[in-house]
Amino acid sequence: MAVVELKQLHRRFGEVVALAGIDLDIGTGEFVSLLGPSGCGKTTALRLVAGFDRPTSGRVVIDGQDVTDVPPNRRDIGMVFQAYSLFPNMTAVRNVEFGLRVRKQRGADRNRRALELLDLVGLAQAANRYPHQLSGGMQQRVALARALAIEPRLLLLDEPLSALDAKVRVQLREEIRRIQLELGITTIYVTHDQEEALSISDRVAVMSGGQIEQIGPPAEMYGSPATPFVAEFIGTMNRLLATVGDDGSIDYAGLRLRVDAARGLPRGERVLCLVRPETVEVVRANGLVAEGAMAGEVLSNTFLGSTSRLRVASESGERSITADISTAQGVDLVVGTKVVASFPPDSPRLLSLADEPMFPVPDPDSR
Amino acid sequence: MTPRRRIAPSAVVWLFLGSAYFLIPLLATLLFSLRNDQTAKCCTLANYSYILHDPDFWSTIKLSFIVALETIAITVALLVPTVYWVHLKVPRLRPLISFLALVPFVVAPIILVVGLLDVYRGTPEWFYAQPYGFLAAVYVVLAFPFMYFSLDTGFRSIDVHTLTEASQSLGASWPTTLWRVILPNIKAAALAGSFLTLAIVMGEFTIASLAQFKTFSVYVQYINQNKTYPAGAITLLAFGITWAAMLALLAVGRGRQAPITEGEK
Ligand SMILES: Nc1ncnc2c1ncn2[C@@H]1O[C@H](COP(=O)(O)OP(=O)(O)OP(=O)(O)O)[C@@H](O)[C@H]1O
Ligand SMILES: [Mg+2]
Repeated sequence: MAVVELKQLHRRFGEVVALAGIDLDIGTGEFVSLLGPSGCGKTTALRLVAGFDRPTSGRVVIDGQDVTDVPPNRRDIGMVFQAYSLFPNMTAVRNVEFGLRVRKQRGADRNRRALELLDLVGLAQAANRYPHQLSGGMQQRVALARALAIEPRLLLLDEPLSALDAKVRVQLREEIRRIQLELGITTIYVTHDQEEALSISDRVAVMSGGQIEQIGPPAEMYGSPATPFVAEFIGTMNRLLATVGDDGSIDYAGLRLRVDAARGLPRGERVLCLVRPETVEVVRANGLVAEGAMAGEVLSNTFLGSTSRLRVASESGERSITADISTAQGVDLVVGTKVVASFPPDSPRLLSLADEPMFPVPDPDSR
Repeated sequence: MTPRRRIAPSAVVWLFLGSAYFLIPLLATLLFSLRNDQTAKCCTLANYSYILHDPDFWSTIKLSFIVALETIAITVALLVPTVYWVHLKVPRLRPLISFLALVPFVVAPIILVVGLLDVYRGTPEWFYAQPYGFLAAVYVVLAFPFMYFSLDTGFRSIDVHTLTEASQSLGASWPTTLWRVILPNIKAAALAGSFLTLAIVMGEFTIASLAQFKTFSVYVQYINQNKTYPAGAITLLAFGITWAAMLALLAVGRGRQAPITEGEK
């Protein structure tokens, strides 16, 4: 198993800068996800690691060996692709055997190993089927077994689940993680699905515009996003554009809200106040509005299963906030109900916008 | 289970007309070929016997068949890697190659052969004076569009990039990838191109005759001009032989697949 270092990777396609300097160290047996919107350079980064593409500048180092100029077939890296990539002319077991056949392994050993791997991905019974006789999820399982058969020092997956339906996706991602832990194989996983990345990774790297915005364990990425972009990208987040008031408070469109994190910040500084919807409380209005709470009415109420997502807007419409509350509580807060929304002062995080004068006014309806 | 599909009466009529279009000439030729060469009376197999006992028949058909196989081998060896590379690395060249592939259609065979005879003048005798040399070279040019368009369609029907990258990531070199992964998946297309090439070479007359090689079609033409009733027999024989050759090619193509898909069980 391997240690991977990406050093200042740049990749330019003519005018388009796909990667603008990626630095990333991955430890042995670690599962790192590259997460980001379409076009942010995830696939490009992965292809540089696999060797299908060369960086404009920068190095790829695996186990201390600079492999930047090593062709892909000599890198010993397993890869699972987004598109179905099984060889159509071979059965599942022949597909899995392919890498071993190339390595001139003996027929009997090869076959035994291939069947073991098919068993590992739960497809022992489908060994003799051709790809067109397998469902999409099964094909990706075989592709995983095939990538693992060569005992690669590194496993790369480029959105392997994006063509599958939601249920299979969840099931298969858990299986990928189980197998990864079982084999202890260093893994880089590319996805644009934040839930997928958060649920199975040791660390998540959020990318934007060809750069890594922030990298850290899922809980840290969720709890303390370092930039407005990450805050917006990971999870649902209320982003209240506010200015720092006095004594641990902020001013959000004329409303004074208590926020512990504002203590010690210079008065009048522009900040983005990040509030997770699950920390917001919503109660039916009873005439009293406590200090730091926002009066308004329910704009929408979306049933999400055990929780419901409420959008609450002030009457003037200039302030709004999203809250996730238990469905039991939310069931009678129908659209139009007058309510009061609040959150505990210790829950929000503040991001200073002092260095980001160009950051656009957040659009709370964007997600 | 599935309801039996009713065939519309109009479809039957069209099928009948379509079959008639192909079958009536064959049938007429058959009846013609069964007449006695002297008395013009039906029915005798003497014409067939005459052809089959003519050593020229066997020598010319062998010649044409070998030239055809040679043409196919050269065309496949040249075009499969080329089309693969174009699809993989320089897809923007595809329109250019498609255009080039149309040239042999546009240039009449007679111009082609006169031009090529001139171009190759001065090449060694073993090439210039031999059907296996010069003629095969010309036929490669003729076969180019047929093989190219077949292969192009074949390559478009597979995900060349993903298959190549999957193969490489598993450790395969370029030749291994081409041989083990790409070729088996475009085999149907290569076979289709080969059939067309075979049919063209077996039937090509203008070039062979002008370059003065005694190929099968030159022989057929000779019989046609000199023997009335055996001409019918040779036409049907040529028809049957071309079909047999295609079936043989198909069988060879099928056989190739076995070690890759089934392997050593
Ligand atoms: N071969 C190429 N030629 C030109 N531009 C390219 C090429 N490959 C990628 N790009 C550009 O580089 C940028 C990053 O592409 P990349 O495929 O890495 O994005 P991605 O994060 O994987 O997106 P997605 O989630 O849509 O797969 C894009 O702007 C893309 O247009
Ligand atoms: Mg991508």
